[in-house]
Amino acid sequence: MKFMAMCSSGLGSSFMVHMNIDSALSSIGASGVEVDHADLGSAAPADADVFFVGKDLENSVGEFGDVVILDSIIDQDELVAKVREACERHGIPTTA
Amino acid sequence: MNAFLDVLVQILSQPSILVALIALVGLLLQRKAAADLMKGTVKTFVGFLVLSAGAGVVVASLDPFGRMFSEVFGVQGVVPNNEAIVGPVLQEYGTVAALIFFFGMILNVVLARLTRFKYIYLSGHVALYQSAMIAVILMVAGFSPVEAVIWGSIAEAVITTVSPAVVQPFMRRVTGNDKVALGHTGGFGIALSGLVAKATGGDPEKSTEKLSVPRSLGFVRDSTIVVALSMGLIFVVVALVAGPAYVQTEISDGQNYLLWAVMSAGQFAAGVFIILAGVRVILAEIVPAFKGISEKLVPNAKPALDVPITFTFAPNAVMVGFFSSLVAGILGMAVMGVAGSAVIIPGIVAHFMTGGASGVIGNAVGGRRGAVLGSFANGLLITVVPLLLLPVLGEIGTANSTFGDSDYGVIGLYLGWLGMAGGQLLIVAGIVAAVLALFGASAIMGRRQGRRAAEPETVPV
Repeated sequence: MKFMAMCSSGLGSSFMVHMNIDSALSSIGASGVEVDHADLGSAAPADADVFFVGKDLENSVGEFGDVVILDSIIDQDELVAKVREACERHGIPTTA
Repeated sequence: MNAFLDVLVQILSQPSILVALIALVGLLLQRKAAADLMKGTVKTFVGFLVLSAGAGVVVASLDPFGRMFSEVFGVQGVVPNNEAIVGPVLQEYGTVAALIFFFGMILNVVLARLTRFKYIYLSGHVALYQSAMIAVILMVAGFSPVEAVIWGSIAEAVITTVSPAVVQPFMRRVTGNDKVALGHTGGFGIALSGLVAKATGGDPEKSTEKLSVPRSLGFVRDSTIVVALSMGLIFVVVALVAGPAYVQTEISDGQNYLLWAVMSAGQFAAGVFIILAGVRVILAEIVPAFKGISEKLVPNAKPALDVPITFTFAPNAVMVGFFSSLVAGILGMAVMGVAGSAVIIPGIVAHFMTGGASGVIGNAVGGRRGAVLGSFANGLLITVVPLLLLPVLGEIGTANSTFGDSDYGVIGLYLGWLGMAGGQLLIVAGIVAAVLALFGASAIMGRRQGRRAAEPETVPV
């Protein structure tokens, strides 16, 4: 199972969201999920099972499958909730 | 014994090995398993070599462009693109830059712990670029590598603590809380945007978000496309002016001049792409370690994060800000062209990132007027700054690219001009003065807060 955070340069914000997804996953007790980050240009739909982007990029992600749009990329509560939903969608058990 | 030491110095002077060791330290501090230690260290090592390879590609595309530009217009043509300049800088001053980056992060945590400016600068890529610039300026000013690392780390720590602080009053307006700060080298320009928005008295109710902006402009979020298209335009225009005869005989070795222009622009974009890939790998192990350590050592730490964190709050403002900033850049370029100075070609990525954030902040403070005028001010700043920076960068300043964001100007000119005025001594004095000023400001803020807390509650009149 792989989650991928994306942004336009693949450096700053996607990296930050990547780290936040890592902490979200440990806070809900999910395991077995690999997390990575990339720029929109080089990411391909086959690279991950779930993609996370900020709302300002929602028009640039048409080719990707399961996309989670974040209203704010700094709101950890929103991210934890959406990570939990993504885990449920893909059958990842959570303990918290 | 001497031979052994000699080899040791040779090894540590390889920046790729040095950043790998920094990653190793970070991984060890996080008590990672042996397999992860090895993976992370080796990956970081290779990542730096990827970056160097990208640098080669970028320089190969820009050199002929630079020659063509000077031949045609008689002045230096400079493209402000952080990745393009950092490649060659890291190849020349990589060891000093890497050490300034490493110690700069440590001192950032120390300053956050000791002062009221609890900002932990987590945008590793721009911190790395900024460290590289500081390395160049100090080495050009004549410091030895060891001295450059000592004073450079302190300077880097100061700017990475101060930059988020000047933007914070505006970030609070945008995010609605004080928990997150802006950590980006465009900080000063973005803060300027907020000030201009405030001074021009726009109405925040007349927000950019009430406008409708065309959706098809979404492609500007893909930096590879934007860089390729914009450089394509620039290369083709300059090639057209230079004319087929000149290009085909002097530059392209017979290849059709327009084809050459397009291929070179593509090569530039490819080089930037490779550099970004390398930076991503280098930071992948280092930044999480930094984040983890700062969280333990600095209670109430405020992460200072990359500009796109502002974009979701006002997506239309991002586009408005980008265009306004870009217009300022184009105007600035025209003025430089007429004035006969070196010409700073607008750096599209810089105008997008810093212009976009300036738009969001300008909009939060002063609505549409604030967004437009604030970003315009930012655009002017990031056009003038690279021009002023050229002389203090030494030989790197004769390269065809330079650093594109406002903070590079703030710290670069501070150090560079001190160096030109009074040499190394004045630079050291300037750095010490900045540190003292930081502690002073923190103390004053603390006393003011203490006094306010001690005052009895009064009924507002």
